[in-house]
Amino acid sequence: MTKFTPTRRGVLKTGVAAGAGLALPTIFTSSAHAVTNEPTGSSVTLGFNVPQTGPYADEGADELRAYELAVEHLNGGGDGGMLNTFSSKVLDGTGIMGKKVEYVTGDTQTKSDAARASAKSMIEKDGAIMITGGSSSGVAIAVQGLCQEAGVIFMAGLTHSNDTTGKDRKANGFRHFFNGYMSGAALAPVLKNLYGDDRKAYHLTADYTWGWTQQESIAAATEALGWETVNNVLTPLASTDFSSYIAPVLNSGADVLVLNHYGGNMVNSLTNAVQFGLREKEVNGKNFEIVVPLFSRLMARGAGENIKNIVGSTNWHWSLQDEGSKAFVKSFGEKYGFPPSQAAHTCYVQTLLYADAVTRAGSFAPCDVAAALEGFEFDGLGNGKTLYRAEDHQCFKDVLVVKGKENPQSEFDLLEVVEVTPAAQVTYPPNHPMFGGDEASLGECNNGA
Amino acid sequence: MDAILLQILNGLDKGSAYALIALGLTLIFGTLGVVNFAHGALFMLGAFCAVTLQRVLSASYEVIDETKVDFLGNPLKVKTPYVEGWFGPEVGGAIIDWAVPLSILIAIPFMIAVGFIMERGLIKHFYKRPHADQILVTFGLAIVLQEVIKYFFGANPIQTPPPDALLGVVNIGAPLSLELAYPIWRLVYFFFAIAIIGGVFSFLQFTTFGMVVRAGMADRETVGLLGIDIDRRFTIMFGLAAAVAGLAGVMYGPINPPNYHMGMDFLVLSFVVVVVGGMGSLPGAVLAGFLLGILESFASTTWATTTIPGINQIIIYLVAIIVLLTRPRGLMGRKGVMED
Repeated sequence: MTKFTPTRRGVLKTGVAAGAGLALPTIFTSSAHAVTNEPTGSSVTLGFNVPQTGPYADEGADELRAYELAVEHLNGGGDGGMLNTFSSKVLDGTGIMGKKVEYVTGDTQTKSDAARASAKSMIEKDGAIMITGGSSSGVAIAVQGLCQEAGVIFMAGLTHSNDTTGKDRKANGFRHFFNGYMSGAALAPVLKNLYGDDRKAYHLTADYTWGWTQQESIAAATEALGWETVNNVLTPLASTDFSSYIAPVLNSGADVLVLNHYGGNMVNSLTNAVQFGLREKEVNGKNFEIVVPLFSRLMARGAGENIKNIVGSTNWHWSLQDEGSKAFVKSFGEKYGFPPSQAAHTCYVQTLLYADAVTRAGSFAPCDVAAALEGFEFDGLGNGKTLYRAEDHQCFKDVLVVKGKENPQSEFDLLEVVEVTPAAQVTYPPNHPMFGGDEASLGECNNGA
Repeated sequence: MDAILLQILNGLDKGSAYALIALGLTLIFGTLGVVNFAHGALFMLGAFCAVTLQRVLSASYEVIDETKVDFLGNPLKVKTPYVEGWFGPEVGGAIIDWAVPLSILIAIPFMIAVGFIMERGLIKHFYKRPHADQILVTFGLAIVLQEVIKYFFGANPIQTPPPDALLGVVNIGAPLSLELAYPIWRLVYFFFAIAIIGGVFSFLQFTTFGMVVRAGMADRETVGLLGIDIDRRFTIMFGLAAAVAGLAGVMYGPINPPNYHMGMDFLVLSFVVVVVGGMGSLPGAVLAGFLLGILESFASTTWATTTIPGINQIIIYLVAIIVLLTRPRGLMGRKGVMED
């Protein structure tokens, strides 16, 4: 039998080994409570992921201007812009929770893979705690998925597909911009008033998530009013000449052409439709009409004279006369020399909303920020009273129905607001079939790290 | 019947642009043996000649109108074009209105100069390099050119409308009692393309210069041994090819608003046109341009897309595969070209 004799060195070794063994689970457990890129110094870094190259580069540039303005205002610079009109008063111009706001930028190139790569780089290399921006629904959905996995908050930029806060909604993703369903709900009554309830509509639709959901929404809303959808033709996103798609419209018996196109597609398809004399035609005893459900002032410039009197919808317009819009237009206009676009507006607002949510939550942890944003009601940011709905992270607010201005006074004066549709009219249940139905779920919030 | 004729017209119209770009590509390949991936960028530069002239002619002085305000609430600065100030609103307005056709006068010398500079400054250094090197350098050049245009003009499309007199549609089916309304400017573009193609063929066929160039395309060495400076003539042909692409771009502006990326949109399709037509064959390039334009148009009809979903996106490449499998030299390709 061997006699066990404890030694001082043996006891120390055993003690260290046992201590390390006991501490090991604690080390892992404590890291599970950490937050991805939680700011520890005197500054916090935000990641602005916008198209800096590619066909939406001008829109991306406007988004970036808005972000820079928002950062300036959050850090106490400039005239404060919409911080002065925002109903929540926790932001005091000292950054976010006393930390100076800094930013890094990425280039989405309006390509999902490039956008994910730039967002990943900003999170992993630059330490961005929140990602925001973009001008495409395909990109927004892709980046939202990445942010969910990485455990950072994604504040979407310009994305109008129902899917962003529908079947592809995520607990870490939030959208201030309106969507295809809202466009349809806002436009349909105006279209009925203008063109009657006995119309035959022909849709040309961009062949990707945004085009599909917008077409579905507009068709459903107009059919509910008595319109008939005679055809829906999907057009490749890379199309440049739409003449061969326009020609069949002439013999289809349709008296309305709905262009579910955005950006360069919209400019070209509208130009082609006008070239073929559709607006001068009379079909079924009625004037032929063209509808562009999603308008953008930047794109309207490209369409020139063709946009006059064409009806569509928009998230925001610089001519609005509420105090928030006036403050934002003044700040932006004095800094850059021209009025902001709707993309710039939504990006500026998203930055302020994130900063406000962090401050109210008293934490940078994404799940705390998400909880602060969910069900948050606010005003003073240019769209009237707005709700960030908890169930799908979609903002509900008034929607603007606009049309191309007949006699513009300047190069920016291209659209006029014909109706402000109340939020209640564009609100839908979170489990609406167009938004993924009962199966759609935000999933679990992810704090990352 | 009307719908079919309309799609044929659309196809001829699309084919006009393909044919003009492919013609220039074939000219450069046939003379210098260079695969020029910057040719689409030359088409884009032509379109921006029209944009530039339109902007120059629309250059304005500002007068403050105290009765109106701008977006910041300041008195509105009303812009009046200088040409309207100099020649009166009617004449000045007409000059601006005709900016696109007038651009032809600027585009010809400008594009020839661009062609010379490209050939002498860059491409001649790659004559003896593999085709892969030529493709890389010309593709790089195309990216540089489009980024320069984006820097100065932005990424959004820019409207370059046709003159008011050429706006709208005309019923070209009236003599046959058909309803065949077609945009006037698209007809102008088609006939313009026919005129350019006819001009280039006539130049090559009926002038001594053209005869020497054709001889050089057939046997460069022998022509050189006869004491003819064939390189100089080929440089001039590069300039001519650049001008053809530029003119195609100038007149295309009113059909679809120019943007910095439009050259790339046409480049790949034009290469397919050249391959289908037959490498080095000028008539082949023109024929394939119109043929593929018409096929693409029909493939975009509702009937075609319903029958075979996605056919509108692949038709040109499908035809290219079939042609290459059955006639590897293309529709009118000559033996010996690109076969060494």
